[in-house]
Amino acid sequence: MHRVSLYWIVGLLILTGLSLAWLRHNQMQIPFKPGSDTGVWLIEARVSFTASQRPVLASLSIPKMPPGFRIFNEQAASPGYGFSIVGQEENRRAEWSRRTAEGSQTLYYKIQLTRHPEKTGKLHDPPASPDTVYWQPPEATAALAIIETAGATSSTPESLTREIIKILTTSEKEQNAALLLTEYRQEILLTRLLAEAGIPSRVVQGIFLEDGRRNQSLVPMVEVFTGNQWILFNPVTGQQGVPENFLVWHRGGPSLLDLSGGSSARVSFSMIFQSIPALEMARIQSSSNGFSFLSMHHLPLDQQGIFKLLLLIPMGALVVTFMRIIIGVRTSGTFMPVLIGMAFLQTSLVPGLIYFLAIVGTGLLLRSYLSYLNLLLVARIATIVIIVITLITLASLMAIRLGFHTGMPVTAFPLIIIAWTIERMSILWEEEGMREVMVQGTGSLVVALCAYAFMRQPIIAHLSFNFPELNLIIAALILLLGQYTGYRLFELHRFAAMKDRTP
Amino acid sequence: MSWISPFTLKGMGILGMNRRNHAFVARYNPRCHYPLVDNKLKTKQLASAYGVPTPTLRFIVSAQHEVRHVNKQLQNGEGFAIKPAKGSGGKGILVISGSRGNSFIKSSGRRLDERDIQRHISNILAGLYSLGGTPDTALIEDIIQMDPLFEGYSHQGIPDIRVIVFQGYPVMAMLRLATEASDGKANLHQGAVGVGLDMATGKGLRALQFGKPVLLHPDTRKPLDSITIPDWKHLLTLASRCYEMTGLGYIGADIVLDRNRGPLMLELNARPGLAIQMTNGEGLLQRLTAIETLTCNNRNIDERVSWAMESFGKTKGTTLP
Repeated sequence: MHRVSLYWIVGLLILTGLSLAWLRHNQMQIPFKPGSDTGVWLIEARVSFTASQRPVLASLSIPKMPPGFRIFNEQAASPGYGFSIVGQEENRRAEWSRRTAEGSQTLYYKIQLTRHPEKTGKLHDPPASPDTVYWQPPEATAALAIIETAGATSSTPESLTREIIKILTTSEKEQNAALLLTEYRQEILLTRLLAEAGIPSRVVQGIFLEDGRRNQSLVPMVEVFTGNQWILFNPVTGQQGVPENFLVWHRGGPSLLDLSGGSSARVSFSMIFQSIPALEMARIQSSSNGFSFLSMHHLPLDQQGIFKLLLLIPMGALVVTFMRIIIGVRTSGTFMPVLIGMAFLQTSLVPGLIYFLAIVGTGLLLRSYLSYLNLLLVARIATIVIIVITLITLASLMAIRLGFHTGMPVTAFPLIIIAWTIERMSILWEEEGMREVMVQGTGSLVVALCAYAFMRQPIIAHLSFNFPELNLIIAALILLLGQYTGYRLFELHRFAAMKDRTP
Repeated sequence: MSWISPFTLKGMGILGMNRRNHAFVARYNPRCHYPLVDNKLKTKQLASAYGVPTPTLRFIVSAQHEVRHVNKQLQNGEGFAIKPAKGSGGKGILVISGSRGNSFIKSSGRRLDERDIQRHISNILAGLYSLGGTPDTALIEDIIQMDPLFEGYSHQGIPDIRVIVFQGYPVMAMLRLATEASDGKANLHQGAVGVGLDMATGKGLRALQFGKPVLLHPDTRKPLDSITIPDWKHLLTLASRCYEMTGLGYIGADIVLDRNRGPLMLELNARPGLAIQMTNGEGLLQRLTAIETLTCNNRNIDERVSWAMESFGKTKGTTLP
């Protein structure tokens, strides 16, 4: 009886999942395959501040014709506020206003962009010659010396800019550059030096686009006018031209954010790369469709980034269930492998593996030392948590020093779980010996790698995020696996001794 | 690596892990009765209420401040065993065969001093050996005097007999002998030798170590198939009684033979392992289904044991009266 009802539930889950996905595919034109549509960057600027019970006016500089991109949609989400976009051309601003507000406030501005190859050869009117720059007496000599040195090896505004950046960024800075850099930030100093040399330039600010990043801030760059066009320079590397995936957000004009009636204002940016047709975007915005309530795109961007990962967990859970019930792999901790697999997704495989083995290995060594101290369990695990945090910090710092990796996302490895794994494995070591630790450790890693291999498939990532209802089908499969009472694959080896039984 | 086909296994009626969990452990063992077997102290109290003999309990230590006074209670020259109440798989059991002055002698001959004993008890109280690290109680029991029958069959540890009991019927049994490889422990996966026992007579059927058949004890070279457990029916009755005692339908009862007191129930397991099938050269499934399909279920213990000896014995007709 209870078997029958279980099969009903399984059937119902599969049917619901499939039909919902199909309806949403038809009604909302969500493609089943990733990458078949144009990529869309959705960028969200989040302005937060504390209002002080006075009329509030917040004005944020927003992009207009950023090189390399085309804006096709923008919107603001800030209930209770009046919103309008003022100004035009290179000085466009989003303005929020409200009669009175109190407490912490959050304003959102979202913009959607597609890649758009820049039309070259667009001529600009030359800007006014730069104003005279005022220097402190010792600085003036230093500035002149730098311009002279750079000028000797250059012929055009571009080459002069490159030479100045070279002088400012060499590792052993010459005295003049060092003196000026104590006073000015690099990009400011660059514009001042160029102005001194009579070349118009300005500081622009933009963001590097990377899928799923949250809480990003703007990166300053310098634009130099070279006779008939503006050219972007990276003041740190000297790279010329707009870097790949760099969105110019704020260009010239007054400040990035003006606020009256509030304090501690802060702007941060979240971004996400979507492969959804523009048609769906349009429908989401006029969200009256009955099936769009399942769409993850309604969520704030930083949460969407979280859900992109979260919705992959059912797939990992299915892999674990399969590996344990059908294959019979022994792992340490039931769902530990899924979490390791997810961490690999964020760190990418090889660095993730190295980090994981290094941290667990070192942790085990230190733990064996702890066992001499005769600590109570809770204290021991707490100590291991701290050891793991220290190890991760050291590893990240070392990686950045060596320059082969941009450091590990700290949240990637679930700290407490690693600490528990170390504790369990070391107890296992003491009680059952090294062999059992190896068996379970290898088992966990193998299952984690399988889960990782599945979760990183673009098609699975696409389906799980755009069709969250498909997870019902995974749930149904897991329920079915839970009914399996046959032999595990490894048991066929374990019971092999039955073959030569003496009668 | 050698493999066996799932159809052959099925033909032999081998019980697999998934089926054990699903069709027996989950179905016949109510979760709320687990504490009775997971806590040795509770098992012991229950056993004495049901008249099931267990090793004599001297005293328990349940608080850290009592640890300091333990030594006075132990210095009478006799051997004892310290066990964690919530330990599993023989973890945290310390066996002391005797004491001399201020030092204690382990069964392996190693000497321990008072502080070692105290530290071991503190570790037990802190939950080092208990499931999930919960605080625990230490039991101090009399040691078991090994039956001379087992002389030369065991390395250091005392052999124990595992009987699978299903709905009160003894189903299958094996003798577990500690070896040097298993470090004096009776756990098969650590290298102990398992000897399958005939349900009718308690006679050894075949022996395995590390999943491979062996004929002689690896340390003492004594032939393993000549072993016979005396007073077999009494032992099976003892195991079967654990069903009424715990209310668990599918258990493994571990029983030891004491030279003076005869069979004693050592501990119970609500998730007994599957290796017993290999030491017996036979699957559990047929026997379990035979009991599941029984119509009359109001037999008393004696009838159940006789029925099992008759039905599951290899040497039929030789059942002892």
